[in-house]
Amino acid sequence: MTIGLAHYLTVAACLFTLGILGIFLNRKNVIVILMSVELMLLAVNINLVAFSAYLGDITGQIFALFILTVAAAEAAIGLAIIVVYYRNRGSIAVEDINMMKG
Amino acid sequence: MLTAGFFYLFAVLAIASATMVIVARNPVHAVLFLILTFFNAAGLFILLGAEFLAMLLVIVYVGAVAVLFLFVVMMLDVDFAELRAGFINNAPVGLLVAGIVLVELIALFVSGAAGGLPSAIPAAAPGTEALSNTEQIGRVLYTKYVYFFQAAGLVLLVAMVGAIVLTLRHREGVKRQSIAAQNARTPATGLEMVKVASGGAVVPSSEAKR
Repeated sequence: MTIGLAHYLTVAACLFTLGILGIFLNRKNVIVILMSVELMLLAVNINLVAFSAYLGDITGQIFALFILTVAAAEAAIGLAIIVVYYRNRGSIAVEDINMMKG
Repeated sequence: MLTAGFFYLFAVLAIASATMVIVARNPVHAVLFLILTFFNAAGLFILLGAEFLAMLLVIVYVGAVAVLFLFVVMMLDVDFAELRAGFINNAPVGLLVAGIVLVELIALFVSGAAGGLPSAIPAAAPGTEALSNTEQIGRVLYTKYVYFFQAAGLVLLVAMVGAIVLTLRHREGVKRQSIAAQNARTPATGLEMVKVASGGAVVPSSEAKR
């Protein structure tokens, strides 16, 4: 039983779907939403690395590297925004985030 | 055979811990399950021959991002039980959307597998047999993608500056050293002649003003 590309793609699809489901289930909790976004980015990374390995092209891993960079930056900024928001409002519930409404 | 066993081990553990991330009641547990997911994804990367990215995943995600999440979860005093209020109400539509996406994606792979998704990792390209994964990445990253590499560094710099700017606050009432004020001090400003009444106490005018 050999493990083909489709196996890895299926795992990545499951992780991506769990990320989407996490956003729907935890609509009030920004931190879990951020974690779900990280899961989705991880699924994309698995896709890229799997294609890179099975096509014998290193470029996919380079792109996975850049996605990792952007994901780290996104997490840092997102969590900083959450901390600032908590200081201002004392809550991180998503439905309270309406101060910028015109 | 061994590879298949490890693949299923890592895949099942990754999916199970990802499920726990989104359904865990305690957000600290969710972060810890996220770390487990990253570790298993790193295992999958190693099976694919991408050791460098696997180590990077452990260092960057587990060492930095997940710890950052843990910090924030523990720092904010939030009633997380209240935030879970709509959990069941949102479940049907979430399951519907997620199910549709999953079915579409898997249908895509299954139909693609019949068409010609490769089912085995090809042998190394000629001339690269002796190179390790890290060396292969380095040879491409620092030549063909050097500008992208620089741009990635810039993205991280902007993120760092942004995070500091967002979270830095100057508290009132905290005494700080002002080097400019210290350097601008002269005998004329630093020395004060006080007329002391006989029997009275010496009270500097700066203290008396308070």
